[in-house]
Amino acid sequence: MMKLLLYLSDCMLPFMIFYIVGFGLLMKRPVYDDFVEGAKEGARTVLGIMPTLVGLMTGVGVLRTSGLLEFLVGRMDGWLEKVGFPPQLLPAALVKLFSSSAATGLALDIFKEYGPDSRLGLTVSIMLSCTETVFYTMSIYFMSVKVKRTRYTLPGALLATGAGIAASIWLGNYIGL
Amino acid sequence: MLNYLWAFMILAGILWAVPGGNVAAVAQGVLGAAGEAVSLCVTMLGVISLWTGILKVGEKAGLIDWLAGKMTPVLRFLFPGIPEGHPANRFIAVNMIANILGLGWAATPAGLKAMEELAGLEEERREQSKNAVPPAAASREMCTFLIINISSLQLIPVNMIAYRTQYGSRSPAAIVGPAIAATAVSTAVAVLFCRLMERKDRSGR
Repeated sequence: MMKLLLYLSDCMLPFMIFYIVGFGLLMKRPVYDDFVEGAKEGARTVLGIMPTLVGLMTGVGVLRTSGLLEFLVGRMDGWLEKVGFPPQLLPAALVKLFSSSAATGLALDIFKEYGPDSRLGLTVSIMLSCTETVFYTMSIYFMSVKVKRTRYTLPGALLATGAGIAASIWLGNYIGL
Repeated sequence: MLNYLWAFMILAGILWAVPGGNVAAVAQGVLGAAGEAVSLCVTMLGVISLWTGILKVGEKAGLIDWLAGKMTPVLRFLFPGIPEGHPANRFIAVNMIANILGLGWAATPAGLKAMEELAGLEEERREQSKNAVPPAAASREMCTFLIINISSLQLIPVNMIAYRTQYGSRSPAAIVGPAIAATAVSTAVAVLFCRLMERKDRSGR
């Protein structure tokens, strides 16, 4: 089962590239020209988010080098470990509800501290890949149609996010062995 | 939101460093982090450009529209209340496909149009007094749409692969399979929850 999952991981990217380029060719598109156009957009996007990353990585850097992050995480050790949640990942999990880029900053910190292939590194990678910015998404979508009573959206979104986080921890433990 | 979060990180961190005697470490950390952000962007330039290039090929070839057309059975299952042929169907389908492919910039505009159409649909229901929600409240379809959207649908977390590459992962893409599995779990829970709530909602009115 895990072997299959890891095999799928390796195949996914090449297969999707094959499929998309093949599809483009079937549709008689100038695929290379399209590719270059898209790659240009991507490069612009990355340069556009560079200032954001500088800001957030600086913020996280301050939080960590000052010892505050360690202190905050240390406060929550006991009961988090009881439910099997790695306390080091709590800041990233909570921040992700509001901001994807800030959560990324915290995840990079985990990579630096423990390595991306460690149990924590794998778990945080999966966790951030299977969750969305709950509050941010809800606010832009509902604000656009002037909805104030969101009814069962928030409980449902948080439940789904919680399920994703639980699955990430389980999977992270499993493949991190 | 981010303004407060960022200010908190910076201010609380620096204040905390003073009694702990970590001010020098903070000074170093700040400069290091800024440089690190730039080198991360250099790695990302490669991975992200590659991926947006590939996705552009798909987009231009009409992949989004083609896949959105295949979504009809899924939409009928998730949104039985939207009449067939209603424009909301199309926008929801495009939004979901774009999310699955990781095309954030294509997903949001379609998603906002979908919300608009859903608001219109609910308005029609109010006029015909067919058990609609009051104005300024989210309709059943809006709740379902957003919960599923937030449960995350993305197939390949390209950004995460780029970050992992930068930090020396032996196999940066190893998380793709597990991430799909975790996404499937969160989406399944979301669908189940929406189903239950819809049933409760209908019987409650």
